[in-house]
Amino acid sequence: MATDTGATERLHGVRKVGRYALLIFVAFLVLFPIYATLMQALKSGPDAIKNPQSILPINFTLDTLRAAWRIGDLGRLLLNSLLVAVLVTIGVIITSLLAAYAFAFLDFPGKGPIFVCFLATLLVPTELTVVVNQRTIDSFGWINSYQGLIVPLLATTFGIFLVRQVFLTVPKELREAAALDGVGHFRFLWEVATPLCRPTLGALALFTFLGTWNQYLWPSAIITDDAHRTIQIGLERLKTGDFDKFNLVTAGTVIAALPIFAVLIAFQRQLVRGLTAGAVKG
Amino acid sequence: MKKKWRELPMAVGMLAPSAVILGLFVVYPLVRAIQLGHLRCDATAKRCRDGGWGQYIDVFRSNEFQHALANTARLALMTVPIGLALGVGLAVLADKQIRGIGFFRTVFSSTVATSVAVASLIWFVLLQPEVGVLPNLFHGLIPSLKQPGLLRDPATALPAVALSSIWASLGFTFIVITAALQGIPRELYESAYVDGAGGWMRFSNVTLPMLGPTILFTSVVLTTRAFQSYAEVALLTGGGPDPQRPTQTLPYLIYGQNSLVKNDIGLKSAAAVLLFFVLLVLAFVQFRGLDKRVHYGN
Repeated sequence: MATDTGATERLHGVRKVGRYALLIFVAFLVLFPIYATLMQALKSGPDAIKNPQSILPINFTLDTLRAAWRIGDLGRLLLNSLLVAVLVTIGVIITSLLAAYAFAFLDFPGKGPIFVCFLATLLVPTELTVVVNQRTIDSFGWINSYQGLIVPLLATTFGIFLVRQVFLTVPKELREAAALDGVGHFRFLWEVATPLCRPTLGALALFTFLGTWNQYLWPSAIITDDAHRTIQIGLERLKTGDFDKFNLVTAGTVIAALPIFAVLIAFQRQLVRGLTAGAVKG
Repeated sequence: MKKKWRELPMAVGMLAPSAVILGLFVVYPLVRAIQLGHLRCDATAKRCRDGGWGQYIDVFRSNEFQHALANTARLALMTVPIGLALGVGLAVLADKQIRGIGFFRTVFSSTVATSVAVASLIWFVLLQPEVGVLPNLFHGLIPSLKQPGLLRDPATALPAVALSSIWASLGFTFIVITAALQGIPRELYESAYVDGAGGWMRFSNVTLPMLGPTILFTSVVLTTRAFQSYAEVALLTGGGPDPQRPTQTLPYLIYGQNSLVKNDIGLKSAAAVLLFFVLLVLAFVQFRGLDKRVHYGN
């Protein structure tokens, strides 16, 4: 028995080294596209054509990043994306809180069927609605406008559903007691119910922000001018046929990806805590 | 009873913002697209008449739609199984409480930070035959990387698009499956271990069945993504290479730059409604087919 345990343990050590080797190798593969892109973006134009295969940081320069920023007007594109994503996120939080409150705390005829109707909208994909929404936005005179980018996204069933799930865990007696004390619905929503679902609202805000920021089809359907382009559809302008301009594209993608990396790293603690909750016993 | 009606005005007020937005930009487009799909327009797309439900059948049976449907299905058949296998593999690999594992988890999740557009542009430049890193590093091993280039070769263009999509979705798949792995009770592994099950036995008899619902969910999400792939096609291949157009997916057929139906609202609506219908059927089939085999653990 004793020898048996020893053997298992030695095997364990070998296995551990093997696992680290495998982890490092796989991490390298996953990161390689990002790494190679970054190295490409740090090369000068002529250098990128002469030494396309070099992926070590030699002769690096910030000129390409600067040029991409200027030629692609990336500052403008990023600000447009930020404005749209922030306003949509705020709007979705507000509409979700209100609708979820009605479904969780109010009593009204037809509540069940109405909720099912809301849920059914989850099935309809953007790829279908764009055909008609393009015409609707056109008839509002909102082609090439921020309203066009923002207003159609201001409510999501996903958000309503998520917040409602948390509201349902609040005891009804709490609302009834508050009502007896003369606390109105809006004050109860703001002072009692909303603070209770803060983690959920955080997750909803993160997903809404990322989802809006990453949109491609909708902006490309209604934006044709430079003033309102978002970063996702604006980057394409760096993609010309010239070889010496190719690393401008890589520089553009690096600049476009950085803010989202920053957001995810800032929220990583919440993300990781959520993922590892319940697994930290051992 | 009285209370039920008393709260109605408040409920209407609170539901109104969401109802107006969802009604105008989700429900109305659905209904209107189904109507518009009936319209048969002339070559100028100016004069249209009601062509009835027959147009849906015509569009569905048209060569263009069938071709795009087949391409999209091929894309899904590459991205879904490979994406799932890699996601499960990475999650199992990183599911050990060893030093530095947080770093590896961050790396494996990192592609969630890249949008489809950014990921596609990254791969576009990586695979670019003249100045891309991969062709210039590996053209000795795989000559077609440089001549003519993966995205320009009709045989490899779609797999190359799939490669970009798989990489872009990997972070998401990894995060979802890691979360599910951590929900599996330790005792299950311990009792399997006591019963003498080896590593592979524990994986196939404990891990996989317990991951069932998550794998089902992820496969539906990945399939839906494949059938919604537009940005990757627009940025990587433009549906090409011509004339076979092996990367012309359904969304690109409907919305692409040189789409045949772009200015014909009747055909465009019909194709979009059919895409929606295909997505519904797929989700239904996946849930029905896999549901029976899935073990909903507690």
